Amino acid sequence: MTQPGTQAATQATTQADTREAASAANVKEPVKIAIRRLNFFYGDKQVLFDNTLDIAENRVTAFIGPSGCGKSTHIRCYNRMFELYKGHRAEGEILLDGVNILDPRQIPALELRHKVGMIFQKPTPFPMSIFDNIAYGLKLHANLNRADTEARVEKALRGAALWDEVKDKLHQPGTALSGGQQQRLCIARALAIEPEVLLMDEPCSALDPIATSKIEELIDELKQRFTIVIVTHNMQQAARVSDYTAYFYLGKLIEFGETEQLFTQPTKQETEDYITGRFG
Amino acid sequence: MPQHTIRRFDEELTQLKEHVLSMGGLVERAIRNAVRAMLEQDEERARKTIDRDAAINALEVQCDEMTRNILVRRQPAAGDLRFIIATIKVVTDLERMGDLAAGIAEGALRLMDSPPKNFSNLEAMGEKVLRQVSRALDALSRGDIELAMTVIEKDRGVDDLYKSMYRETITYMLEDPRAITASLILSNAAKNLERIADHATNIAEMVIYTIQGHDIRHVDHDEATRLLNTDEDD
Repeated sequence: MTQPGTQAATQATTQADTREAASAANVKEPVKIAIRRLNFFYGDKQVLFDNTLDIAENRVTAFIGPSGCGKSTHIRCYNRMFELYKGHRAEGEILLDGVNILDPRQIPALELRHKVGMIFQKPTPFPMSIFDNIAYGLKLHANLNRADTEARVEKALRGAALWDEVKDKLHQPGTALSGGQQQRLCIARALAIEPEVLLMDEPCSALDPIATSKIEELIDELKQRFTIVIVTHNMQQAARVSDYTAYFYLGKLIEFGETEQLFTQPTKQETEDYITGRFG
Repeated sequence: MPQHTIRRFDEELTQLKEHVLSMGGLVERAIRNAVRAMLEQDEERARKTIDRDAAINALEVQCDEMTRNILVRRQPAAGDLRFIIATIKVVTDLERMGDLAAGIAEGALRLMDSPPKNFSNLEAMGEKVLRQVSRALDALSRGDIELAMTVIEKDRGVDDLYKSMYRETITYMLEDPRAITASLILSNAAKNLERIADHATNIAEMVIYTIQGHDIRHVDHDEATRLLNTDEDD
């Protein structure tokens, strides 16, 4: 039986937690995305609770946490991917340069996904040539002639550090590339439409250490031009590539801070337990 | 604190800490014996102290190997990482303390034939320094921040004692040139004790770093207290 007052007390704690998380969610750089009290529901089931944080412009923000903690669900809100599924619903605000992207009246999905590109866990090349893999996305977003398209494809492949490896076989199928190359092809495809934000959901989990290093090196270069948010199960990867790290657990943002601080001196015991391997 | 999912990691950390503490135990014994050998002109005790320094050195090498292993295999983070960083520094301090104690024992051997007329405050200073070392090691063993702060606070007392001993030995030398050799050896022993206490302070600072993450080296006492209290206010 629930004791009277217990619920109120829990609610008060939750509010205090939220306020604390919000006040800790400040970044030094200009804010590219401001997430305010984001709640997310799969039908009746709530999976994100009052997530509030800032994503710094031209920086890498890593989301860590155990499986099922809501980190992927969280970043999938940044480009309204959830709209593709029935019954998925987000509440709160996600302000991309001040525009609430959760509101379809403020920004249509196509325009949003032009600004916010996404890379997935498994490389997802289209069953077409390397060249067309990139040109395909371009056709959706820009009306370019052949020469301009070629220039944009080359630029994207160079940006994804893949050009030198594929320049002589642009018309071979994308699926014939190695896993690491396929992932960089997907990054090139995302870069081609010149987004402002790149979301990466476990981009290296299917790759070997060398291919992983190449992607990490690439992330470091790409942050000069893009704001990057990466979800990773690999804490060492978060420590290596990110400037800020957010720790999620059970749909709540437990701690957010500069990566170095979070990995050497976390302020929350839950974060400490997770990153030192004392979890579960 | 809950255990690591990988239990072997817990065992490795415990083993490492035990090694550091046994190194500390050997260092304490070396200091006690070195001072006693000098005060009592006990040649055997002095020689044993010098010989046993090899055991302290060997433990340093072992601890370094263990920390290297943990860094490579476990990629420690947060509190574990701070413990490893602190341990690397603490074993270096302990090894130096062992050398300084052996140095006092060597001085004791040179004093065998012509001991000074009196040993000034050497006995009192030895006791004071030993208390500092033992507090620092207890603080390390228990993760006791208050005790670590006590070590830092009390270091000035050791410095003062050294200064007064230094002045006193100079007076002996001025009074009687034949006492110069013995007085220099005595003064060196006091200097070694003073430096041992400095290393104990370093260990205390590392205890605070391990527990709270604050690096209070090279900040004055008031600032250190302020840093430590900021956490309590949260």
